[in-house]
Amino acid sequence: MLKISDLKKSFAQPDGGRLEILDIPSFQVDRGEQVVLLGRSGGGKTTLLHCISGIASIDSGKIYFLDQELTQFSEPMWDRFRASNIGYVFQTFNLLPAFTALENVLLGMSFAKDVPDQEYASWLLERVGLGHRLEHKPDQMSVGEQQRVAVARALANRPRLLLADEPTANIDPANQQGIVDLIKETCSEFSVGLILVTHTMEVAGQFDRIDNLEDINLIAAEADAGRDK
Amino acid sequence: MNLLTIAVRSIKQRLLSSSLTMISMALGVGLVVAVLAIFGIVQKSFNANATLGYNMVIGAKGGKLQLVLNSVYYLSEPIENIPYDYYLEFQNQEVRELEYSGSYSFKAVQHQQAARTALQASGLALNSPVGILAAVATDRIVEQQHEQLYPWKREGKYSAFTDFAIPLCLGDYVGPYRAVGTTPEMFSLLKYGPQGDQPYEMNKGGRNIEQFDEENGFFEALVGSVVAEDRELKVGDTINPSHGSAEGDAHATNFVVVGILEPTGTPNDRAVFINMEGFYRMSDHAKPLENEEDIYGTNQIAHKITDKDYVLPVEKREITAMLVRMDPLYSIGIENQVNEGNTAQAVFPITEIRRLLDYFVSPVQTLLLVLTVLICFMSGVSILVSIYNSMSDRRSEIAVFRALGARRGTVYNIVLLESMVLSLVGGLTGILGGHGLIAAFSGVIEAQTGVQIGFFDLAPPLPVPIPLLNSVSSEFLIIPGLILLAIVVGFIPATSAYKTDVSKALGK
Repeated sequence: MLKISDLKKSFAQPDGGRLEILDIPSFQVDRGEQVVLLGRSGGGKTTLLHCISGIASIDSGKIYFLDQELTQFSEPMWDRFRASNIGYVFQTFNLLPAFTALENVLLGMSFAKDVPDQEYASWLLERVGLGHRLEHKPDQMSVGEQQRVAVARALANRPRLLLADEPTANIDPANQQGIVDLIKETCSEFSVGLILVTHTMEVAGQFDRIDNLEDINLIAAEADAGRDK
Repeated sequence: MNLLTIAVRSIKQRLLSSSLTMISMALGVGLVVAVLAIFGIVQKSFNANATLGYNMVIGAKGGKLQLVLNSVYYLSEPIENIPYDYYLEFQNQEVRELEYSGSYSFKAVQHQQAARTALQASGLALNSPVGILAAVATDRIVEQQHEQLYPWKREGKYSAFTDFAIPLCLGDYVGPYRAVGTTPEMFSLLKYGPQGDQPYEMNKGGRNIEQFDEENGFFEALVGSVVAEDRELKVGDTINPSHGSAEGDAHATNFVVVGILEPTGTPNDRAVFINMEGFYRMSDHAKPLENEEDIYGTNQIAHKITDKDYVLPVEKREITAMLVRMDPLYSIGIENQVNEGNTAQAVFPITEIRRLLDYFVSPVQTLLLVLTVLICFMSGVSILVSIYNSMSDRRSEIAVFRALGARRGTVYNIVLLESMVLSLVGGLTGILGGHGLIAAFSGVIEAQTGVQIGFFDLAPPLPVPIPLLNSVSSEFLIIPGLILLAIVVGFIPATSAYKTDVSKALGK
């Protein structure tokens, strides 16, 4: 479903040079497959997710998704594709404080559809255990509940791929497992592929496929080797 | 969920700063509306009387504007008076004969003729037939001369070109309001309104003053609506005008209120109209003559002041001004002729009003308008600052929009919509507030200017030589102006949103 080849990404430095972050010869995720990307902080995990979703541009390489070469897309096309096919769960939830739980989910639909499906949005919130919290705003909910809303929002457009960036990093231990279970279950239930980024083995250990970023990213591997020396 | 909802939610999220920004815009727009309304009130106030049914005002020589101000608007002090016989030059022979019938000159001629007739009768027996024939021939010559020399024997000099001339006698007050001595024609011949076709109407049970009334004699008054309300006057009440000023001594003469004018929005609402004959009969009002001894028994004595048949001599009469409707074809020629003489001046009120507006009022209004537009612009800048300052806090929000699939153009439009909503809500609040203010002060405005203005009255078009702008109410320009302003001030923060680096913003 997702295929990456020879992906390179670097950032401009103040001194005019460039800091290379990603150099991934090959990376692949099959339809409905759940993958955990494990790596140290600053290793380029989030950047990889940004590149896959089109939020960040790449220096070179190719990204194929559902047999389409996304790297050939113009920015508006990629925006549209992202809205319809890729769900995103952020580390800090990024719910909009002025919107209720239901409206946050509807907002996820707004950029993909002309008329958001309110019934489905409500059902999704019920599915993540927040049927009684539809009209609550983020500041009226616990962090665990907020992340549940974020998961529902990410699934709102029936995406093919869910990108979860450290989804438990800001959640208390008591709720962490619940969020991991929720993501695993809903992705399985809706046949959504998953790339979940984490730096903790407790989370990673619960998934069948665990990819170390150092294994797929040559830049991270070099940095790792340098640190070992 | 559409973009407008998202924009409104974003505004609500920053309620305090958004409210302050909108209040600032509302104040700016409220000021614009108030200035436009003042512009309209002043214009209406001056123009309302430019179509009162007359086209020329004639009064004593002096300032043209002052003549218009005191005879049309009852403002300022009258310059001087003009002789009554000058007024009669605008009347036909029938009126002149009647008016002159009480004059000293008329009576003197009558007296001379009576004496001559008596002389002739006595001479008939004493003189020769030749002498009699000579006397008769002389009488005929004198008679022919009389027709030219004696004013009651001819038409008024300007009467052929005059539709009507209504005299005004000013100088007295009822409280702070002018008491205007005039004739019943003031309200039977003159009309008012934008087209000058609305007849004056009296309140229920009221009527116009009459030349002479069996019950009240010459002492009837018609009261303007504002005066009636302010002085709590009603039909049947009596008033005593005070002499010379509002604080002057009140005359002993009582005038009976016979009618209250329905509101007209003209200066007539703020005046009291009394019968001119009654005006003359108040103490010290008839012009004192050098030889006050009245050898013909026409002196003003108490029992004559209610005598219907008593005609005050023309020589003892003066008027302050007259309102004349003149044949437009001849009006300029007659104006020149009057002004070239030494007795009076003629002015076209519309010309003087326009001149006043163009040279004094309009520049002040334009200055006010420019100032208020600048205030609006400042309010617009405050919107820019408000939104722009919020941008740093909203980077992650915009990044979330983008991560959820919003295009750059979409977030640009959301920010632009926010700017528009702030401008429009603030602006509409300002418009409503401005009109509310006008409605709240409508009573005071009417009392002070005679202009009736309500909540729903819109400001007049701007006096600019641009086809669309000078044909619709200037208030209709506020909304498009606000939208334009919102786009201009929203451009910078919207561009900032457009350029947001999503990856960086999400990483924070």
